[in-house]
Amino acid sequence: MTLALILVPLGAAAFAFVIPSDRVRPLVLPAAALTHLLLTGVALAGLVPVAHGAWLQLDSLGGVTLGLVSVLFAICALYAPGYLRVRIDRPNRILCACLLVFLSAASLLILSQHLGLMWVAVEATTLATAPLVYFNRNPRSIEATWKYLMIASVGIALALLGSLFLAYSAYLGGGEPSLLFRALLESAGNFSRPWLRAGFVLLLVGYGTKMGLAPLHTWKPDVYGEAPGMVGALLAGGLTSCAFLALLRVYRIVNAAGEGAFARRLLVALGLLSMAVAAVLMVRQRDFKRMLAYSSVEHMGILVLGVGIGGAGLSGSILHTINNGLTKAVLFLAAGNIHRAFRSKNLDDVSGALVRLPLSGGLFLAGFFAITGSPPFGPFVSMFAILNAAIASDRWIVAFLYLALLALVFLGMGATVLAVVQGRPSRESLESPYQDNIRKTGPILVSMALVLLLGLWIPEPLRKLIAGAAAGFTVEP
Amino acid sequence: MHPADLLLVLVILMNFLALGASGMRVCIRAAALQGAVLSILPLLVHREPGWNALLMAVGAAALKGVLIPGLLLKAMRDVHVSHEVEPYVGFVPSLFLGAIGTALALLFAGGLPLAGEHVGTLIVPASLATLFSGFLLMTTRRKAIMQVVGYLLLENGVFVFGLLLIEAMPFLVEVGVLLDLLVAIFIMGIVLNHIRREFSSLDTEHLADLKE
Repeated sequence: MTLALILVPLGAAAFAFVIPSDRVRPLVLPAAALTHLLLTGVALAGLVPVAHGAWLQLDSLGGVTLGLVSVLFAICALYAPGYLRVRIDRPNRILCACLLVFLSAASLLILSQHLGLMWVAVEATTLATAPLVYFNRNPRSIEATWKYLMIASVGIALALLGSLFLAYSAYLGGGEPSLLFRALLESAGNFSRPWLRAGFVLLLVGYGTKMGLAPLHTWKPDVYGEAPGMVGALLAGGLTSCAFLALLRVYRIVNAAGEGAFARRLLVALGLLSMAVAAVLMVRQRDFKRMLAYSSVEHMGILVLGVGIGGAGLSGSILHTINNGLTKAVLFLAAGNIHRAFRSKNLDDVSGALVRLPLSGGLFLAGFFAITGSPPFGPFVSMFAILNAAIASDRWIVAFLYLALLALVFLGMGATVLAVVQGRPSRESLESPYQDNIRKTGPILVSMALVLLLGLWIPEPLRKLIAGAAAGFTVEP
Repeated sequence: MHPADLLLVLVILMNFLALGASGMRVCIRAAALQGAVLSILPLLVHREPGWNALLMAVGAAALKGVLIPGLLLKAMRDVHVSHEVEPYVGFVPSLFLGAIGTALALLFAGGLPLAGEHVGTLIVPASLATLFSGFLLMTTRRKAIMQVVGYLLLENGVFVFGLLLIEAMPFLVEVGVLLDLLVAIFIMGIVLNHIRREFSSLDTEHLADLKE
């Protein structure tokens, strides 16, 4: 069952790779995605505590991410055939295969209960996504791919070193050498503290690079700017959430070892820095896809900030991975449609999206309100929970900075988004053949509906799942 | 003195060679020699080297010492550009920074506790110094090939650190290091190839369209 989550997408990738027709091949994506979604549902229904010695098993924390990735992938996979029909001039063999390999690697990452195996999976997600960025095969996209590979590879090398540090810390602590999370959590109290701290810093830098936390975010605007919108949605909503999960797993060990306060200080600092960098760079951003990249940097900052605040902030962050991921799907897919219709992603050429593409433009605007934390959408709930946690723990300065930066982001992002949707569309854009249709807006509508739903009502099973995930972080005295 | 320490000194010297050389061939060869020297180390550190340690040594030597440097040298032959390194930061400052990094690595390593069998060896400082040199090369050299060489050094640094755990947790070390290297370099090779086709050069100066 667990293995099927990894093997089904992998098999589908091989199948997609051998299909000769560029028109038929994209249909493998929704089929594989819906199977994966079904398997995810079954796996979530049958959650049990992690067994002793299990290398691959779903736990509550992984369950949240798996649910998000599976739903997100399904939304993107339903969108893909319509998009690839518009881009029929480009061969899509590598794109389809790599999307499915990414789903497989992400599932492996989520299910991993072993420090080393999880690292291997993170590496696999990087390698699977690099060819996706290069889909357009032009000088700009190769530049983005090169930057992504270099920066992500360094990050992953540092994460490996951090994992080795953590392992050495456990080795010095004595006991049976095992890198299973369960064993590490049980023996964490004996770990060598200096190695553990140094290891956490390296892992934070390493997996933080994958998440795109400032100051390690420099690949993000280039990659999200050049990759197709669908790929951007998967990266900004799925891959970053997987990297966040990896960081959470490491944090959990460090916390169990009694170094939680040290880790939380770092997380708060890095979280606020990411929000600040994003807010500054978002002001007067002319390229609306790059703007979305900075929004992603901001929300990665919010995620680690919530963990750094702790308590209710942690469960707020876990909920926020879902809200952020689904809203990013809305924004990136709608941005992709606007990009196609105007054949540009620069404000010099784009205006009046609401007139040219009422549905995609409207969804882009709604997505903007959602992601900046306006009620009644989902992100409002989780961002508010993080604010509440900051106030409840008397961190007035953190709470103030958090609110101020959110306001700044709202203004900066709002200026760009309004310039995209308002005004009159150019004549060239009205003459371009691209039209919205249900295949290209339906998946976005589904995603937007989920974002709205999560803002109004959190279903009981999800509430339980998040509570279970957060409970794993409490350290018994 | 532990026999491994002699080789580790050689590893550190190779860092300086790579930092100070003005020709790309020399840099690639320095990285190759460093990789080859490193691959022998697991045999010296193991108390009773078994078949998997031997396999690891041979595999790492073939990959780090022969295959990857060979690919890089071939990439250089295929594209007719100058073989100068063309650094953003000069060679003397690079060497100076490298020396400071090595000194800091020694200091930092002195402050960390070690298991009995590792006390007094150069494993941790050599690892950190190599890591630092790799960073320096990646950030201060213009050619894409040199950035890959920097990445190789970075990986070598991680590999040296892995020596501490090679007996306790062979899986993590072996799988981690080899997979990282093999696949990352493989993909980088493909991208290098595309860069060459697109720009007929391997100068990352061309990769500067995307800026704020």
